[in-house]
Amino acid sequence: MTADLLVPMFVTVIGAATPLLFAALGELVTERSGVLNLGVEGMMLAGAVTGFGTVVATGSHTLGMVAAAVAGAGMALLFAVLTLSLLANQVATGLALTIFGIGLSALIGARYVGTPIPAMPKLDLPGFTDLPVLGPILFGQDALVYLSLAATAGVAWFLSRSRAGRILRACGESDISAHSIGYHVIRIRYLAVLFGGALSGLGGACLSLSVTPMWIEGMTAGRGWIALALVAFASWRPGRLLAGAYLFGGVTIIQLYLQGSGLVQIPAQVMNMLPYLATIALLTVIAGGAWRGRLDAPACLGKPFSPPS
Amino acid sequence: MAIRIEKRAAASLPLLYATPLLALGLTLLAGVVLFLALGVDAGAALYHIFIEPFETLSSIGEVLIKAAPLVMIGIGLAIGFRANVWNIGAEGQLTLGAVASGGVALAFWHETGVWIFPLMVLAGILGGMAWAAIPAFLKARFNVNEILTSLMLTYVAALFLSTLVYGPWKDPQGFNFPQSRMFNDSETLSLLVEGTRIHAGVPAAIVIALLAYVLLERTVTGFEIRVAGLAPAAARHAGFRENRLVWLSFLVSGGLAGLAGTLEVAGPIGQLVPVITPGYGFTAIIVAFLGRLHPIGILASGLLMALTYVGGENAQIAVGLPRAATGMFQGLLLFFLLATDFLARYRVRIAARAEARP
Repeated sequence: MTADLLVPMFVTVIGAATPLLFAALGELVTERSGVLNLGVEGMMLAGAVTGFGTVVATGSHTLGMVAAAVAGAGMALLFAVLTLSLLANQVATGLALTIFGIGLSALIGARYVGTPIPAMPKLDLPGFTDLPVLGPILFGQDALVYLSLAATAGVAWFLSRSRAGRILRACGESDISAHSIGYHVIRIRYLAVLFGGALSGLGGACLSLSVTPMWIEGMTAGRGWIALALVAFASWRPGRLLAGAYLFGGVTIIQLYLQGSGLVQIPAQVMNMLPYLATIALLTVIAGGAWRGRLDAPACLGKPFSPPS
Repeated sequence: MAIRIEKRAAASLPLLYATPLLALGLTLLAGVVLFLALGVDAGAALYHIFIEPFETLSSIGEVLIKAAPLVMIGIGLAIGFRANVWNIGAEGQLTLGAVASGGVALAFWHETGVWIFPLMVLAGILGGMAWAAIPAFLKARFNVNEILTSLMLTYVAALFLSTLVYGPWKDPQGFNFPQSRMFNDSETLSLLVEGTRIHAGVPAAIVIALLAYVLLERTVTGFEIRVAGLAPAAARHAGFRENRLVWLSFLVSGGLAGLAGTLEVAGPIGQLVPVITPGYGFTAIIVAFLGRLHPIGILASGLLMALTYVGGENAQIAVGLPRAATGMFQGLLLFFLLATDFLARYRVRIAARAEARP
């Protein structure tokens, strides 16, 4: 294979990985604080349609990104009020958020079907972007790609090095201890859930603004759920999450290239099953692997907490 | 003044039954606000959704045949949800049930006989069970999260059905449309009430609800299910085998979803098409919760959800309400239900700050 085939392939891998990375990174922070939000798919769709609508209305991709993050956080706020203040079951509420988000985004998006928007501008650094092979990969991406990488580094630093990050983790590992030394567990979890929603919204915006600059009903096609699986695959660590998202993006793209190459005579639908089957395989490997037990979820994940009076 | 929240020792029963109605009321209120925002005549929309379906016998029949699969699947899911087993891939199990029973129908398309239909039902139930057995096995053997695996398999099932109807099972005389042959008369459900499309699935759903009631309330297995959900530690201590409940929940809910899929393709549709339901497998999750995970409650909530489908279609035609609005309302209803649940499980006390704490 030559560079002129590999480079566009790598660029599409990045396109497939970035939405997953955003959504999974947000969920990772949420889960580290002890909250399981299964509504990622719904929040991504809300972000995708809001970001798209904002670009249609204003022409600004920056505003589109901001709006997508706000929409995702808005959806997350609904979830937070129900689960953190009203102590509703987190699994049921997350499912409701997804069902609601699919319906709401389709309702809002009905008027945008078939509307074209310009794709996000790509970085163009004279002298760097035209470097052979590495140039377009490293210096020719759009803002969302660089933002996703910066966010991963930021979250990794925040969780392992910062004081606030350690407090957040304490809430996820032992809510009652965090509460007894005087931290506001519920307030911290609210912030973590909102952050997760904002990042899911950005993940959705990657799809509608950058990967395929258009609005299609239900365009996330299960990526929110794959993001949830990636968090477990990454054993709640940002570095592994980055690797997982790109590995996954790779699987998705390689099957597309295999379909396009005509080398394999397999129906397209069978190839399209691969990402979902790969997710199941990954989950099984990490759950049954030799390193089981060292990769445990945050101890308080999914458990409601109400401060003892 | 301070607001204090206390957990009730036991959930308030009257409130537990009243909150679904309260949630429904709040959803209607939110619906009116949304209709006004969309510029839709709210009065007309509510009439088309909630009243019009009852005006003719044939549309009452439509409500019933849509309620039947929702009730069946909802009951299966409720058994699992009670035991803390989260099968959310019923849509995929329904699809595989339709594929399995459709396969039988296509294999014998040139034959007639009373034995074909029971064979289809059996194949459909086993198809749904087989698909549900995958997440059950992974959960029981490797402790893999069943929420994610059952959902991923829904996408795989949809692609599998699509492979078949676009490929080997496509009707040779079908002008290249992605659909199978029509099933013959021995392979389709006969209609029970003249002027409607009511078929045997409707009474079957009621029988299943009654059987589930007996299972949950009157048997040791039902007791194990309830204990496992309410107090997992106590269940383990008492020696209840968790894995048995995982298998039981998945096989029952998968089998019922497969049966629902069979009734859809053998009933209203009459052939295999790329998309079999407007998401009954997911709506059934809401049906299960709205019915308080109780078989009789699920009968009522299944009817209500079926009403939103039939009424939603009416409103689409009459006042141009977008199709997606139905899904959004169903989501809202579940939100409000979960929110109002709080009232049944907790007591809100407004007390003076100086009051001594008990």
